[in-house]
Amino acid sequence: MRRKISLKPITLLLLLVTFVSFGKEQGGHDESKTDKEAERKAYIQHHLQDTYDFGLFSYTTDKGEHKHVGFPLPVILWDNGLKVFSSSKFHHGETVAEVGGSFYKQHHGKIYKVDGLNGEIVLDDHHHATNEKPLDFSITKNVTMIIVVFLIMFFMFSRMAKAYKKNNGMPKGMGRLLEPIVLYIRDDIARPNIGEKHYKKYMSYLLTVFFFVWIINLFGLTPLGVNVTNNIAVTFCLAIITYLITTFSGKKDYWKHIFWMPGVPVPMKIILAPIELLGTIIKPFSLMIRLYANITAGHIVLMSLIAMMFTFQNWLGSSLSFLLAFVLGILELLVAALQAYIFTMLSALYFGAAVEEHDHHEAH
Amino acid sequence: MEKLLEEFSLGLFFWQALLFVLLVLLLKKFAWKPILDSVNDREEGIKNALDSAEKAKLEMENLQADNQKLLKEARTERETMLKEARDIKNKMIEDAKGEAQDQANKLIQQAQAAIESEKKAAMAELKNHVAGLSLDIAEKVVRNELSNKDKQLQLVETMLGEKSLTEA
Repeated sequence: MRRKISLKPITLLLLLVTFVSFGKEQGGHDESKTDKEAERKAYIQHHLQDTYDFGLFSYTTDKGEHKHVGFPLPVILWDNGLKVFSSSKFHHGETVAEVGGSFYKQHHGKIYKVDGLNGEIVLDDHHHATNEKPLDFSITKNVTMIIVVFLIMFFMFSRMAKAYKKNNGMPKGMGRLLEPIVLYIRDDIARPNIGEKHYKKYMSYLLTVFFFVWIINLFGLTPLGVNVTNNIAVTFCLAIITYLITTFSGKKDYWKHIFWMPGVPVPMKIILAPIELLGTIIKPFSLMIRLYANITAGHIVLMSLIAMMFTFQNWLGSSLSFLLAFVLGILELLVAALQAYIFTMLSALYFGAAVEEHDHHEAH
Repeated sequence: MEKLLEEFSLGLFFWQALLFVLLVLLLKKFAWKPILDSVNDREEGIKNALDSAEKAKLEMENLQADNQKLLKEARTERETMLKEARDIKNKMIEDAKGEAQDQANKLIQQAQAAIESEKKAAMAELKNHVAGLSLDIAEKVVRNELSNKDKQLQLVETMLGEKSLTEA
């Protein structure tokens, strides 16, 4: 016990020393070091972005050539007609793609229309591209992952359902693992929050959203480098579905509570109405931001820690970063499930508020 | 916020919405409904089985109570029957005794009556016989007496004397 305590300050001291020495090194005239750091920052940024090809990893050869290992995905654009072509035409965003007389170029992970083969992206004062943007329905890396998760979930759960039929209502194989989770969502999320009377209608959505978010979060932690839930479009889509379900299943009581809060004086009712109305939008908005921010932050921190292993380039710093990255990786595993749980739980809570029926005669 | 809006990809939103809604609908039909139904069925089955076990236990208890009751009833019935039988037996004996007594009494009475009448008849006959004998004796005595004159007179005289004595 005593030894442990005495070890702590020593490690801390050593860590400080490395930081100081590292700071000195950086403060020096090593140009390539800052270059490398910028590159790493760009790499992390790039990782968080959606891409048009499914890159598994990339490396630089001794000759200084960038090699990408992965496969191209179809690009689907609507620009005066449907245009479908392989993303290999972009050569990982390095060249202009020519399709049916139109020219397209990638800029910050988006496709813009340019004038010709040597056309450039025109930037305004805020570094925003001013070029025309075609409607983009490409099967990007994230869309591919959504399709993969779609297929995995469909086969996994339809098989599970079939096993029940074959096995006389008993789970088999994977079902034995998944059934407690399904029952947990039913008994501890849906039933208490929505109520015995209405919970059945929402089970399909709650179960799907839970497993979808969980599985796709877990995929984000694999070395494949896919990261779907850190796209605001994905979390926005999930949140808007929760919002629509809540709004369309809102009973009389729900709307009454928003527009004419019972049990408070009239002036308060008038003040409360816009606040409550805003609240209905803030609730799904918070769902969207929470999932997006948690996953994005987790990925940035995790990748930064991994990058630090290479930045330190000494045994202590690198091994400490490795340890931290390892611990954080485990934490992210928990976060992956936790975020799925929170999303499902809050959705259930909102549905519950929408379908709740109660007596207003009692004090509120 | 601006960065978020800039990052927003309509294509990704489109695919996510399409695929997710499709997934919800497909899973609802092919997975969640059958899974939840069979889980429900199983739970109902377990609940029903427990209920029926409880019911069976209750029924069993009722049955046992019924049996006990029946047994008790049978026992009391047997006792009453035995008692009745004993009563009947006693009564029969009593009756038989009474009747026998009556019969005996009657017979005795008859016998007594017969004895009485026989006795009477015998007495009457005896009387008659004694009377006849007495008359015979008296005749013989009187004849004997009256054969002598003196004695006749003597008798008259005593009779007379007796008469006056009684009259006086």
